[in-house]
Amino acid sequence: MTGAPVTGGSVTGGPTTPPLIAPAADTGTDVAPPVRGRGRWIPYLLLLPGLLWLAVFFVLPMLTVASTSLQEGSLARGYELTWRVANYTDAAQRFAAQFVRAFTFAAASTLLALVVSYPLAYFIAFKAGRWRNVLLLLVIAPFFTSFLIRTLAWKIILSDSGWVVGTFQALGLLPEQGRLLATSVAVIAGLTYNFLPFMTLPLYASLEKIDRSLIEAATDLYASPFTAFWKVTWPLSLPGVVAGTLLTFIPAAGDFVNVRFLGTPSQSMIGNVIESRFLVVLDYPTAAALSFTLMLAILLLVGLYVRRAGTETIV
Amino acid sequence: MSRRLWRGVTRNLVGFYAALALLYLFLPVIVVIVFSFNDNAGRFNFTWQGVTLDSWLNPCGVAGLCQAMIRSIQIAIVSTIIATALGTMVAFALVRHRFRGRALTNLLIFLPMASPEVVLGSAMLALFLNVGVRTGFLTILLGHIMFNISYVVVTVKARLLGMDSRLEEAAMDLYADEWQTFRRVTLPLVTPGIVAAALLAFALSFDDFIITLFNSGNTTTFPLFVYGAAQRGIPPQINVMGTALFAVAFVVLIVGQVTRRFRRS
Amino acid sequence: MTTPQPSEGAELRLIGLTKRFGPVTAVDNLHLQVASGAFIALLGPSGCGKTTTLRMVAGLEDPTAGQILLGDTDLTGLKPYRRPVNTVFQSYALFPHLDIYENVAFGLRRSGVKDVKAQVGQMLELVQLTGFERRRPSQVSGGQAQRVALARALVNHPKMLLLDEPLGALDLKLRREMQLTLKRIQEEVRITFLHVTHDQEEAMTMADTIAVMSSGHIEQLGHPEELYERPRTRFVANFLGQSNLLRTTVSGRNGDLAVLRIADTTVAVPADRVPSSGSEVHVGVRPEKLDLVAADEAVPQGRNALEAVVIDTSFMGTSTQYLVRTGWGQELTVFAQNRHTEVVAPGTLVRLTWRPEHAFVLEADAETPAAPRPAPVP
Repeated sequence: MTGAPVTGGSVTGGPTTPPLIAPAADTGTDVAPPVRGRGRWIPYLLLLPGLLWLAVFFVLPMLTVASTSLQEGSLARGYELTWRVANYTDAAQRFAAQFVRAFTFAAASTLLALVVSYPLAYFIAFKAGRWRNVLLLLVIAPFFTSFLIRTLAWKIILSDSGWVVGTFQALGLLPEQGRLLATSVAVIAGLTYNFLPFMTLPLYASLEKIDRSLIEAATDLYASPFTAFWKVTWPLSLPGVVAGTLLTFIPAAGDFVNVRFLGTPSQSMIGNVIESRFLVVLDYPTAAALSFTLMLAILLLVGLYVRRAGTETIV
Repeated sequence: MSRRLWRGVTRNLVGFYAALALLYLFLPVIVVIVFSFNDNAGRFNFTWQGVTLDSWLNPCGVAGLCQAMIRSIQIAIVSTIIATALGTMVAFALVRHRFRGRALTNLLIFLPMASPEVVLGSAMLALFLNVGVRTGFLTILLGHIMFNISYVVVTVKARLLGMDSRLEEAAMDLYADEWQTFRRVTLPLVTPGIVAAALLAFALSFDDFIITLFNSGNTTTFPLFVYGAAQRGIPPQINVMGTALFAVAFVVLIVGQVTRRFRRS
Repeated sequence: MTTPQPSEGAELRLIGLTKRFGPVTAVDNLHLQVASGAFIALLGPSGCGKTTTLRMVAGLEDPTAGQILLGDTDLTGLKPYRRPVNTVFQSYALFPHLDIYENVAFGLRRSGVKDVKAQVGQMLELVQLTGFERRRPSQVSGGQAQRVALARALVNHPKMLLLDEPLGALDLKLRREMQLTLKRIQEEVRITFLHVTHDQEEAMTMADTIAVMSSGHIEQLGHPEELYERPRTRFVANFLGQSNLLRTTVSGRNGDLAVLRIADTTVAVPADRVPSSGSEVHVGVRPEKLDLVAADEAVPQGRNALEAVVIDTSFMGTSTQYLVRTGWGQELTVFAQNRHTEVVAPGTLVRLTWRPEHAFVLEADAETPAAPRPAPVP
C-alpha cells in the first residue's frame, strides 16, 4: 500500500484533488431527500456490509492486539491473558531508542518532503496554467512502479560506486571512504522520497483553492511578493500542509522497509522491531504491546496536531 | 532590489526548483528502466555491467516471478471489486441519506487511513493467530479489502458531494421513479468517481507490501517476491516488471486524460 | 405511466397547506385557488415560503398538514413522478451527461410515449432552439439552457407548470425578453403556470394574478393593478414599488370624500376606502401620482396639496426622482416624468398635488413617523 499515491477525484479524469484524511463534518443532511416510510432502513442496509467488514478486520484485530499485549507465555507453552501491563513497560524500556528514532526520522523526512513539495505544488498551482494536469500526472506517475523496486533503485543510486557518492566526496560533503548507504541519511532520504505525492497533492489542492484576488489585494496594499506569500498564501495553504504532513508522517513512522534496504540494524525503527517480534522472534505479547503503543502515539499526535492547526475538516 | 527584478528571479526560481523536484521524482524510475537492460552475470543488480535485451525477452525467466505477478493481479482484481462495491454503498449512505451514527461511521472509515500499515498488518495477524486461521491467499485478500474500503468511500463521496441533488429531483419531476432516477441519472454521473476509486483500490492492493507481509503465509505476491529477492539477489527481470508496471499505469492515466478531454469537446 | 393529457380540469386548490421544519414554520395554513389556464405568481422576499409551497405542489417536499388538489385529483402524498405537474428549476437542472434532445425527451421516454422525435422537434421550435439537439448542456448559454428546461417540462403537456425563479441568473435584457416569451408561450399552450419570484416587476409583467407572500402566509391576492393601486397591507404597499405613507386622523366628510387631517392641513380620499371605525389611518400615494408644481401656482380644483421643500434630485432618464421634506419633517418621494426641461433645484419651495382617488388607505400602525404639532414651513 505504501508507495502508491493517494489520488482521488477521477483518475480517468486526470489527477485532481486527492482524498484527504480526517472525518468530515456532517454534510449529508443538506442534500438528503425527504425520507418516506420504509426508505428509512435503506441507509443502514447500505452501511452494513462495509462497516461490518471494518468491524471484523479492523476493530476486532485492534482489540486482539490490545488483549495479546496483556498476555504472557510463549509459542511452546501457549499464551495466557494475565493482564501483564509489564509488557508495555518492558517494551518501552527495551525499544525506546527505536521509538524515538522512528519519530525523529519520520519528522525529518516529513519536513524535507514539505520543503521539496511546497515549491513544486506552488509552481503547479500558480504558474503552470494549461500544463497543470500534465505536471500532476508527472508527479504521480513514478509511484506506479512498485514501492519496493523504487527503494531498491535508491540503493543503486546511493551505492558506494555510484555517482552521487562520488560527487559528494568530490565536493567534500563526504569523507574519502564515506558511504551514504547504511546511514541515517540514506534512510531519511528514502522515507522522504516515498511519500512525496502524499505531500504534494494535498498541498496542491489547498493552494489551487486560494482566491487569487486575495494575493492581488495584498500587493495592492503595499506588500512585497514575499510578504504577500507569508501573510496570505502560506496561512491559506495550511489545511493542505496539515493534511500533507499527516499523510507523510504516519506511514513514515511505522515504516521498516527503508531501513532494511538502505540502512542497517543500527538505524532500525520501531516498525523493524514490530516486524521482527511478530514474524521472526514470535514474541507476540511484546510485539502487540509495541504495535498498540505506536497506534496510540500516532492517534494522540494526530489529535493534538489537528486541534492545534485548527482545521476541523480536512476531507 | 526593484520589484520587477525580484519577481523575475522568483518566477524563474520556483520554476527551476520545480524542475529539479520533478527530476528527483523521476530519478529512481529512470534507474529502474535503465537497469532492466543490465547484463549482470552476478547475483546483485546493483552495478552496471552492460546492455542486454535478455531480461526483456525472457521476463518470466526467474522462478516464481510471474506466478507472484499473477497472484498479485488476482488479489487486486478481487479486492477491488469487493471493496469498490462495499465502499460505494457506504459513500451513498453518507451523502444521500440521514441516519444515526454518522460520526461513528466517519471515525471508522477514517481510522484505517490514519494508522501505520505495520499496526494494521500486525493486528490482523494477531487476530488470525488467535482464531487459528492459517494465513495465505485468503487472509491477504481480507486485509486488502479492509484498507481499500476507506479509500473508496472517500473518493466516491467526493464525487457524490459534487453532484447537484436537484438533478435527481428533476428526474423524479419528469416521471422517473426512484430506481429509474438512480439508473439513468445518479449512476451515470457518479460512475467516473467509482471508476477512479476502483483504479485507486487496484493500485493500492497490487503494490501493498507491509500488510501483505504479515498475512501472507506461504503465498507470494509480487512485492513479497521483490522483498525476498532483495536478500537473495535481484534479477533484472524485476526491473523489467517495474518498468512494465510504470508504462501500463502511465498509459492508463494518459488515456483517461485524453478521453476526458475528448468527451468534453 | 402514460403522459397526462392536457385538460381543462386543471384548477389548483391549496387547502390549509402547512410546512414546518422543526421549530420553523415555512408555510402557514395557506389557502389558494388558481383557475385552470391562469398565470399566477407567488411573490415575496427570501424566506417567505414561496419556494417551499412550489416544492410541495411538485411533490419534492411533504406538507406537514393540508391538501393539494389539482382538478379532481388529490395530489397530497403522491410522489413527484405520479403528478401531472412539471417543474422548471432555478438552476435549470439539465442532465449534464445527456444532450439537449435526450434532456427534452426524458419525461416522454419515462412515460413510454411513441413519437418522441416529432414532439421534441415541435417543442424545440416553440422555444426557438431548433438545431440544438446534439449539443450538451455545458455548450449552451444561460438563456438557452433556460429554454431547454422549459421545453423539457412543457413537452410532457402537464396540467400545470411550476417555475422556480427561473430567470434569476439572466442579465436584465435577457430577463425582460424571457418574461415576454414565457407569457407568450403560456397564452399559446393554455397551461396553468405557477411562477415563484422575488422580483415584483417580473411578477407584474407576466402574471394575471399575484399572491404576495410573507412569513409563510399570503398577504394579498389579486391582479397586478389591484395589488399595486390598492394594497391592503403596509408590506404589500412597500414590496410592490415605492409608496409615501402619511399618518392622518379622520376629521369628517365632504360628500363622497373623507377628510383627513395631517399636521396643519387636510387631504381627501374617497370615503369608501376609509374603514368605518378608528380615527387614525395611513394614506398612501405612489411617487408617480404626485405632481410637483411651484409653491405659488394655483391648485387645480379637487386635488389634494401639500407644501414641501425639495431636498435632493436624481436624474433617472425617463423621470426625475425628487426627495422633498414636508412642513412636519417627513420626507416624501416624487417621480416626475421628464417632459419639462427644467429640473427643480434643491431648496425650492414646492407644492405636491394629487387626485384623491389616486391614494390608497391602510390601517394605522406604529411605523410611519407621526406628524408633530403643526409648524410653519420656513
